[in-house]
Amino acid sequence: MCSLEKRGNLFILTLTGQGVEHRLNPDLISSIIAALSQAKAQSTRGSALVTVSHGKFFCNGLDLDWVSAVATSNQEAQQHFDHLYDSLKQLVLAFISLPMPTVAAVNGHVAAAGVVLALCHDYVIMRRDRGVLYMSELDKGIGIPEVFMALFRAKISGSTRRDMLLRGLKIKGEEALKMGIVEAIYDGEEGATNAGTEMGNDLAKRNWDGEVYVEIRKGLYHELCGMLRMASNVIATPKL
Amino acid sequence: MCTLEKRGNLFILTLTGDDQHRINPKLIGDLLSLLSQVKAQATRGSALITQAQGKFFSNGFDLDWAQAAGSEQGASERLLHMVESFKPVVAALLSLPMPTVAALTGHAAACGFILALSHDYIIMRRDRGVLYMSEVDIGLTMPDYFNALFREKIGDASARRDLLLRGLKMKGDEAVKRGVAEAAYDGEGEVLAASVRMAEELGKRKWNGEVYAEIRKGLFPQLSAIVGLSHKIVATPKL
Repeated sequence: MCSLEKRGNLFILTLTGQGVEHRLNPDLISSIIAALSQAKAQSTRGSALVTVSHGKFFCNGLDLDWVSAVATSNQEAQQHFDHLYDSLKQLVLAFISLPMPTVAAVNGHVAAAGVVLALCHDYVIMRRDRGVLYMSELDKGIGIPEVFMALFRAKISGSTRRDMLLRGLKIKGEEALKMGIVEAIYDGEEGATNAGTEMGNDLAKRNWDGEVYVEIRKGLYHELCGMLRMASNVIATPKL
Repeated sequence: MCTLEKRGNLFILTLTGDDQHRINPKLIGDLLSLLSQVKAQATRGSALITQAQGKFFSNGFDLDWAQAAGSEQGASERLLHMVESFKPVVAALLSLPMPTVAALTGHAAACGFILALSHDYIIMRRDRGVLYMSEVDIGLTMPDYFNALFREKIGDASARRDLLLRGLKMKGDEAVKRGVAEAAYDGEGEVLAASVRMAEELGKRKWNGEVYAEIRKGLFPQLSAIVGLSHKIVATPKL
């Protein structure tokens, strides 16, 4: 499902398994949340986290097969869907409260809730020569919950938001860079993963205080944090 | 500390001296007093330029004055006091009945950057000087109105993130590219000349100051609310 590794100051969260789409279901979501809890418990000044994945997909969205497999009626399916969305909200909350800079190294396709997962990170980098970023909801006829809209409003500007959500675009690396969705793009199998690790290490070198970092992050994503009911703390004594 | 000069239709507010123009209760008091004067003398066609002498526009709150309290508790109280007292300066600039230009010939950091951003336009140097929110590096959180100002003035989400969460030191060209500054020029003289040109151009439009201020406040509703400004609707054209 996923694994957590520590290399110096860098935590590496890996979505494991080749030939799978790393679809988000309750199991994967709770393993990621557990991994983040562990990282938080072991965090110090100068920690950072990079999320990487195996195979052709970073994350292809929610596990809709799981929803239909466990449900015996439409009503039950809807309940499972709702439960899955609630878990995804908890995942967003876990990322936003992580007391260190975070980088998503998107090495393959990323769609729907997978995009939400990537955008939970402070920085997103992507592969140039393969993989698309795709908000598939419009094409699939599924609405987007308010919390995820707030995440988009917080992280993506103006007309790019419209192009991502209202236009069903399959966005390749170059385009994603131009549109300001990602920080940088890299070629090759390991390109994004290696660059993500390097970026994580560079951010770690700034030696920021994790508690301060989270509070500044929450201030930046004010509306989103309000919806997730996250309280703020004021730190008025410099932590040098 | 600071002086006010009137040149034709232009009000020129200058932070004097070669120091870092740190924002403390004395400077805040002076700024409020001068901005009051500007407001009282405003007419159609007025415009304000704020400039500073030396290597800094302003390097933020006077943390030395805060530390001089002698204890961590005392320092924290003094800092929070300055944070609160600066809100009326933002409010005064936000409600000033004329276009405003910040002419940055030096560095603007933390609350100094906020002071610059509280103006309608920033013109800065390309060859020297940075815009920098130092808080993440120093280990301080942002007051609510700092966040609101960034949210409502800087449209680019990644620029906001880079400035607040990454401690980016943004130079003139990048500031223009990312929509934080209006224009960047080489050299002090060029910045000042360009600021005067811009202020005069804006002044020539002869806008009704009251209407101008109301429209400006409407652009920044969250910020306006936080700094205690209310909104008035002007529905009779003032021609």
